[in-house]
Amino acid sequence: MKSNVSTESRKSKDERKVLRKQIKASHTLLKHEGICTTPQPTKCLVIANGGLGNGVSREELSAALQEMGEVEKLVMPPHKPYAFVTFRSEDGARKAHANLNGWKLLCGGSSVTLYLSYVDSVKYKEAASVPLPEGLVLVENFVSPEEEAQLLNAIDWSATHDNDTAQKSLKHRRVKHYGFEFRYDINNVDKDKPLPAGLPEECVPVLHRCVEHGHTNILPDQLTVNQYESGQGIPPHVDTHSAFEDTILSLSLGAKTVMEFRHPDGRVAAVVLPERSLLVMKGESRYLWSHGITPRKFDMVPAEEPRTDAPTESGIQSNLTLSRRGTRTSFTFRKIRQDPCRCAFPSACDSQGGPSPSPGPSLPSSHADAARLEEEYVHRVYHTIASHFSDTRHTPWPRVCRFLSSLPPGSILADVGCGNGKYLGVNADLIAVGCDRSTALVQICAARGYQAFVSDALSVPLRAASCDACISIAVIHHFSTAERRLAAVTELVRLLKPGGQALIYVWAFEQEYNKQKSKYLKQNFKEDHGEFSSTNSVSEKSQKSTGEQISDPSCHLEKSHKPSDNMQDISPEGRLSVHTNRTAFTSQDLLVPWHLKGGKLQREENPDLSSGTDPSPESDSDPNTSKLSPAASQASASALKPASSQVPVFHRYYHVFQQGELEQLCALVSGVQVKSSYHDQGNWCVVLQKE
Amino acid sequence: MKLLTHNMLTSHVKGVTKGYPLLIKATEVKVNQLDFNPQFVSRMIPKLEWGALVQAAGDLGYRQDLPGELVVDYEQNEEFLKKVHRVLLEVEVMEGSLKCPESGREFPITKGIPNMLLNEDEA
Repeated sequence: MKSNVSTESRKSKDERKVLRKQIKASHTLLKHEGICTTPQPTKCLVIANGGLGNGVSREELSAALQEMGEVEKLVMPPHKPYAFVTFRSEDGARKAHANLNGWKLLCGGSSVTLYLSYVDSVKYKEAASVPLPEGLVLVENFVSPEEEAQLLNAIDWSATHDNDTAQKSLKHRRVKHYGFEFRYDINNVDKDKPLPAGLPEECVPVLHRCVEHGHTNILPDQLTVNQYESGQGIPPHVDTHSAFEDTILSLSLGAKTVMEFRHPDGRVAAVVLPERSLLVMKGESRYLWSHGITPRKFDMVPAEEPRTDAPTESGIQSNLTLSRRGTRTSFTFRKIRQDPCRCAFPSACDSQGGPSPSPGPSLPSSHADAARLEEEYVHRVYHTIASHFSDTRHTPWPRVCRFLSSLPPGSILADVGCGNGKYLGVNADLIAVGCDRSTALVQICAARGYQAFVSDALSVPLRAASCDACISIAVIHHFSTAERRLAAVTELVRLLKPGGQALIYVWAFEQEYNKQKSKYLKQNFKEDHGEFSSTNSVSEKSQKSTGEQISDPSCHLEKSHKPSDNMQDISPEGRLSVHTNRTAFTSQDLLVPWHLKGGKLQREENPDLSSGTDPSPESDSDPNTSKLSPAASQASASALKPASSQVPVFHRYYHVFQQGELEQLCALVSGVQVKSSYHDQGNWCVVLQKE
Repeated sequence: MKLLTHNMLTSHVKGVTKGYPLLIKATEVKVNQLDFNPQFVSRMIPKLEWGALVQAAGDLGYRQDLPGELVVDYEQNEEFLKKVHRVLLEVEVMEGSLKCPESGREFPITKGIPNMLLNEDEA
């Protein structure tokens, strides 16, 4: 009897928990999405957590719902963490509500907990379809599966480097050129230097078909083959006008993808490129619209059967599902242009002085270059953003605090790169002194009553062997050469007494470790998709109150960031790429945008129900090719105003460390031992001890 | 800048071998009343360059009668600890400069903050 009672009460406890979560989810829906739920049963339900934005596919959700009753309509708005279902009868909806509330749906490798609430009706506004860019034609099934196989076999990727085809392993994709090399360093082709390898003969019948079908009237003489693994992409760009003639032909082989076209006025059209399709870009679509592929592993694609006729508009509606990306190889055929371009789009035309020719910074090749880069892309930026930066840095990271608390009372601590001084007061039993390169940040320390001075981490004006402990938190990743990073560690060690310890944190290239995403990445998820509670309300609360601060040592942007602020973070060799905030890194040396206060309003004004694409409205700088938006593309410390918002953006240089790199660096410093090392929320960390 | 910090700072100009202690030229000095923690102060004392502290305190006119040599058994000497507390933690240089004893290079102190940045040719 007794055990029955306790089971009974436990069960009702679980039920109460589910009810609590369900109510909470309905509040979130009302607050953030304006979706009004009702306690009265209806035929319609909103399914919190059952959305494309949570990685739930239409097929998986649909299967679970069908078991409850006949489904009239399932609406899955793009990017959202919820879906709407309408059953034929109220009975089906009741059954789903009773059985699926609190139910864990397995999708992919993970599970989400569904919470269902009745809604009076499904008020989801169908996104207005964006017409395809003018001049763009997509021909499905242009090559047969046999031709597809032949073309793919014609490309030999086995060599890592091949001069005949100017093969390059870019960090984000593989590329080969035939006929002429497209040089990413000059954004152009060297027309006097044809490559030894002409176009593969397998291409010839396909190209003749292009001419026969009227897609082009001249045979291309240049081919660029790009291979994208799942998760890879290419930043938005316009192919350099002066390099190539009007018509650009691109075959998609091996797998489908979604290509986004962006007009300088902000219009975005997402176009599904099925495998074996031919994309023809002419006129405005070739000269004015940028095209790019967002690096991701899943695309949202229409759930219906693939259409056989050519689409006339970019078909992203609510009838979407997720499509896992495979390895896609594109063959892009172009004709080298011999005369200057005289297109009708001078604003985007390099022959007509349009796009800004100024490239972003490249990796330094000398000590002086490095110092200049850091001056412009680290020191000046921190000076400018100091106050806003400091506002986002109030909570110390727990494991740094643990280190500080472990030090004996009376220990002398130097915080080299102390920022706003958030670690200087953590342990009141320490004698703490901080220094930072930024006067503005040191002034904040002083105003808080901490001892701090202005100095460079490469030359700290403290007596040698004067410190019992040193910390360097999120500092050394701002040095732009390995020599300078080594010098920074060496200087830190110089300050230590024998037996003294140093704790170093640097930002990690690996933002996902032991299958755990760092909070830096997770926050993106939360921000973009507004996650609903699913498991533990305690951890949720603690995340809400401190997540922002403990999340990421270096980047901590405000909650206000939406993906529309993103710049791409992929770049060809040479120039530093601009990172997309809260995404995985694609290179180790990069510029990370800092969005100065003000993005919050923007997010609220723009609840992104409108399109199925990455809602990035601005045309990003593409170091790859010509630039559409010079204002937004000049990576520099001066305030940049993207056309779409009033948020000034500043770029900070980072070298993100790969696993083991920090330990290797420290091993080069004599007289010191790496006592321990670990990964903490997207950072690599070491504790050093001086011998 | 408190004298505790001054006690740790040294000149780091390239080529300088005897950059310690930095000479203080103060145009504004502030004295703050702070809670006296004898244990904290006595833990600090062995970490200090005693001679540099006494010299700096003297330069600012706050030496009181602190001895040139560190006394023994100071842990029990509350009166002594209070004086150390005063010069280490309460006296603060707000405006002035720090001068390298060897090269003569001066580092400005503004609003209590020493600016120790070097020019390219000095580092």
